[in-house]
Amino acid sequence: MILQVQNVSKRFGGLVALDSVSLEVQEGEILGVIGPNGAGKTTLFNVINGVYAPQEGLILFRGENITGLPPFKVARRGIARTHQIVRPLGELSVKENVTVGACFGRENLSLKAAARVADEVLAFVGLAAKTDLLAGKLNVAEKKRLELARALAMRPALLLLDEVLAGLNPNEVSEMISSIRRIRDQGVSIIMIEHLMHAVMKLSDRVFVLDHGAQIAEGTPEVVSSHPKVVEAYLGDPQAALRLLEGSA
Amino acid sequence: MSALRAPFFWVLLVVVGGVGLLPILTGSDGTREDVFLVLMLVILASSINIIMGYTGYVSFGHIVFFGLGGYVAFYLMLNHQVHFVAAALVGGIVSSLIAFLLGIPVLRLRGAYFALATIGINEVVRSFVTNFDPFGGATGMFFNYQVYDSYGGAKNALWFAYDAILIVALLCTITSLLIKKSKFGLGLLAIREDQDASQVLGIDPSRSKVVVYTISAFFPGLAGAIFFFKNGIIEPGPAFDLLRSIEALVMVMLGGYGTVAGPIVGAAVYEQLRAFLITNPTFSSLHLFVAGFLLLLIVLFVTNGLVGWLRQRTPQLRRYLE
Repeated sequence: MILQVQNVSKRFGGLVALDSVSLEVQEGEILGVIGPNGAGKTTLFNVINGVYAPQEGLILFRGENITGLPPFKVARRGIARTHQIVRPLGELSVKENVTVGACFGRENLSLKAAARVADEVLAFVGLAAKTDLLAGKLNVAEKKRLELARALAMRPALLLLDEVLAGLNPNEVSEMISSIRRIRDQGVSIIMIEHLMHAVMKLSDRVFVLDHGAQIAEGTPEVVSSHPKVVEAYLGDPQAALRLLEGSA
Repeated sequence: MSALRAPFFWVLLVVVGGVGLLPILTGSDGTREDVFLVLMLVILASSINIIMGYTGYVSFGHIVFFGLGGYVAFYLMLNHQVHFVAAALVGGIVSSLIAFLLGIPVLRLRGAYFALATIGINEVVRSFVTNFDPFGGATGMFFNYQVYDSYGGAKNALWFAYDAILIVALLCTITSLLIKKSKFGLGLLAIREDQDASQVLGIDPSRSKVVVYTISAFFPGLAGAIFFFKNGIIEPGPAFDLLRSIEALVMVMLGGYGTVAGPIVGAAVYEQLRAFLITNPTFSSLHLFVAGFLLLLIVLFVTNGLVGWLRQRTPQLRRYLE
């Protein structure tokens, strides 16, 4: 068991963003997290990696309590994440961006060793040709890959992917899907938030469904997509329901 | 320490050292005074650059550390007959210590709030010193010339002060290079670009910021101690002169913020310009107007300053101009 989230609640004033959420991630597993907009998915990531401290509940990473630790401590223990809205370090080069991840991540590498890791990771995500470019000059798809590269350079045990497929064209989506598979094959556990249903259903070992901050279903992609509550949650957005059904077919 | 093997290290050493040796070789008092001032401004600008250019925290009131170092050292030399070198070191250390203590709360502020807080700190310290009797209050303190006797008389003391400022300028710029080229420095740049993202990447911004602020206060403290030792008199006005702080900021922007060479180039160019304007009858009262206008032009058109612009234009130069 790499991650256990136990009865975690997070409220912003009167808004309950997470309502006693519990989930578990097995070693080497891909857990998909889906749910309508505003369901609390990104808040879940923010609570796991320490951006927010939850008001209630426990987060255990490899059996150790990491609840309320600041993000940099969580990062050094081996949880990396990407951001839904990309956050490149714009005035630094692509390689420097990734070197930062390698330097300050789990392995706490020296600058020299980190630069080697950066080259490796940039080749893996297909940005090798752009290493000297300023990160701010990349296009959206490249910035998404940069987010992924930076997170990978941290050599995480658990990777939190926040909508890495959003905004990519079909070609880029299938490239990214195969990248994610290869990352898992290297032994990294993954939680991915995704709106692109066919991708979630294809990639995930299990799917976790949030709605209004609460868990409404959990299970294999097949079970989840036929779950009445899930279909109901998505009925507010008929297109999403349709996509969901198509994805499972 | 691989930074010490970088080509730019030698450029830095030759340029700053070479210009610094000029007065010593010629023995000219006039050249010495000119270069002294430039070196002092290089120290102020480089120190501001470490916190502003690398880390993204605009320290408007950085001159407070210059004044503090000056006052502490002056007090020790005058009242306790402490040797100049020891007094200057204590001045630098006290500046750093105060930066460390203030930095913990103040560096939590971001953007304009931090900049305003640093101005506030300078004004508070100035008011405090103005009313602090051991430091001479509003009239300040002054040496009688016997103080210089232990350094071989007033004339020798001036050369002694010059040697000291040259050494500190070299140490300061080399420190700036070492930081820029280190893992710690990369972390600072990441904080400058996006503090929240840097934290997700494993950087502890609070710690890094306090450390770098402490370092950036040390050299102005030394420079203040040297300057007022040479001056023989210290008063609250010139010691905590916000205008000088702002001029140092203009130098950083002019030369290129975030680069090692920028503040050096900026200080030299700005001082030449200022000297020209002040001695020119038409412009003598307009030099601040020109400084302000210059800052406006840089911010609008050459955001990266002279060095940044050169680096952008000529990638071949980058190894020699960091």
